[in-house]
Amino acid sequence: MKISNDDKIKMLWEMMRIRQFEERAGELYVAGIITGALHASNGQEAVPVGVIMNLKEDDYLQSSHRGHGHVLAKGGEFKPMMAELFGKITGYCKGRGGSMHFAYVEKNILGTNGIVGGGIPIAAGVGYSIVYKGTNQMVACFLGDGAANTGAFHEGINFAAVVNAPVLFVIENNQWAISVPRKWSDRLVDLSKRAAAYGILGETVDGNDVLAVYEAANKAVKEIRAGNGPVLLECKTYRWKGHHAGEPASLQYRDPKEVEAWLKKCPIKKLEKALLEEKIISEAEIEEMTKKIEQELDEAVEFAKKSPLPEAASLHDHLYV
Amino acid sequence: MREITVREALRESLRYNLAHNDKVFLAGEDVSVVGGGMGVSKGLIDEFGEKRIVDTPISENAIVGLGIGAALTGLRPVVEIMYIDFVTCCADMILNQMAKIHFIFGGQVKVPMVLKTVSGTSGGNAAQHSNNFYPMFLNTPGLVVMAPSTPYDSKGMFNMAIEDDNPVIFIEHKRIYNIKGHVPEDHYTVPIGVADVKKEGQDITIVATQALVYDALSVAEDMEEEGISIEVIDPRTLNPLDKATIFESVKKTGRLIIADESCLNCGFASEVASSVAEEMFDYLDAPVVRIGSPDTSAPYSHPLELEYIPGKEEIREAIKKVKKI
Repeated sequence: MKISNDDKIKMLWEMMRIRQFEERAGELYVAGIITGALHASNGQEAVPVGVIMNLKEDDYLQSSHRGHGHVLAKGGEFKPMMAELFGKITGYCKGRGGSMHFAYVEKNILGTNGIVGGGIPIAAGVGYSIVYKGTNQMVACFLGDGAANTGAFHEGINFAAVVNAPVLFVIENNQWAISVPRKWSDRLVDLSKRAAAYGILGETVDGNDVLAVYEAANKAVKEIRAGNGPVLLECKTYRWKGHHAGEPASLQYRDPKEVEAWLKKCPIKKLEKALLEEKIISEAEIEEMTKKIEQELDEAVEFAKKSPLPEAASLHDHLYV
Repeated sequence: MREITVREALRESLRYNLAHNDKVFLAGEDVSVVGGGMGVSKGLIDEFGEKRIVDTPISENAIVGLGIGAALTGLRPVVEIMYIDFVTCCADMILNQMAKIHFIFGGQVKVPMVLKTVSGTSGGNAAQHSNNFYPMFLNTPGLVVMAPSTPYDSKGMFNMAIEDDNPVIFIEHKRIYNIKGHVPEDHYTVPIGVADVKKEGQDITIVATQALVYDALSVAEDMEEEGISIEVIDPRTLNPLDKATIFESVKKTGRLIIADESCLNCGFASEVASSVAEEMFDYLDAPVVRIGSPDTSAPYSHPLELEYIPGKEEIREAIKKVKKI
């Protein structure tokens, strides 16, 4: 499949934005400025970027607890995201949600979700809504390999299949469900095999190769838009960091050699290498991109710092309409 | 005046809303041909077709998720959980998602959906088809919880539930579907959070819900002969609760009985009792008496079930208690 140079550069840019956002958020967490459960997606950037570049502006996104990357790839902006992490009223959710509840409804981003698997039945519902209204939209629903063993996964995907809902279910298989490795979660090699159980298409792809993810998602999106119902796409990747930013470094449940091996498969480095070899981009240009993103992040942090905190008296706001 | 049953009143509301608002659809287990667990939607499939009367797999998570996803994207879904006992199978969808999305998104989006289900003990349905689980919804801010008793209220409140922009849990009750009452043919709504004084009285206040409203009215009528004047208040909406109407009544009578079918321990009656104790202590002339299902599981065997279900006998006992002092 022919992917334009501009698109390849955009992929690199989007992945870098995610990585640098995650790195900055991680630093702010360690500094005690960001609190709560911060689930970083360092190392998994190729999945949201490769998938979401196939979506249209009015398509919907349903995300997981590890969702910063999905939101950024779908049009999330640094300033309101950072402000949300700071608990400020200028955040997308006015400080009510935080990392696990990023939502930007104007861009049809229907939220990250603090409950593993929680977004899956909702995505199926959004899919039925699209069928009901007859609009030419679709949903991308991201979930982890851990979520693939919830009841919500079975119920949500089965229902989406039954009503032929236009939903792309993307399993970001990062090999670990907190501290539980794959072998204790299920006995499949490829989680996409589950698709057969629902009578839908399934495919597994290298989740650290953004071009491969893009191609697989492109094929899936074509099927979905052709009215052939949901597709299950598994992207094999790896969670570089702990389950959450506050996980003690002493918590060594992974073999350091395994981590080391995956760090070498960095999705950003992989694309950079290809683009440099093909002379699509130069080292200097990459350096420039990094700087630009850092500068935007500086501005976002400054914006978040300066933004007001919610008034205590507003505690009950937005509970009811 | 036309009289129809609670079941017919609910169906009339569903039919009206389906006919007048193409954003409304109904989904749940067996809702099409058999009309759902209690036959409320029977016949609607013929009028509205399978896009709008959606039979679902036995997947409660998917049913509520369907409602949430559709509500988030501009529709006004009604989903049915066949028995309230089954809400445990989709507790996350209700308690963490449906109730909270408007809040956690900082008000960016509304979740205008209705989850209809049925509560109450009857007919030897035993421990997993007889629960009155709604206190868990009252303990989850973000939900509106309705529990009507009469045909009139059933229609008006169901209309209101669909019209309202908040997620609504609509509790029906097994033992009252066939009760008849006056229901106007025209469209109307009953406002949220407004109790109804079903019978005025001077001596004792009974706050009663659903089937117990009828028991309270029946006992109150008997008591008239003994010269005891009882006021019966039906809160209709359990959350938000119309405390003002209850407080006004207690001011007048000084004696309060709460009759509700949820279990006594942390049940709806406990919430009303504690609110009155906190805010109306000076007006009380007798301890508040709660009537509810006993703190045990609903049994299968008939004599045990009769013992389990609260009703007129418990209300008479309670009247003796509050009267004595």
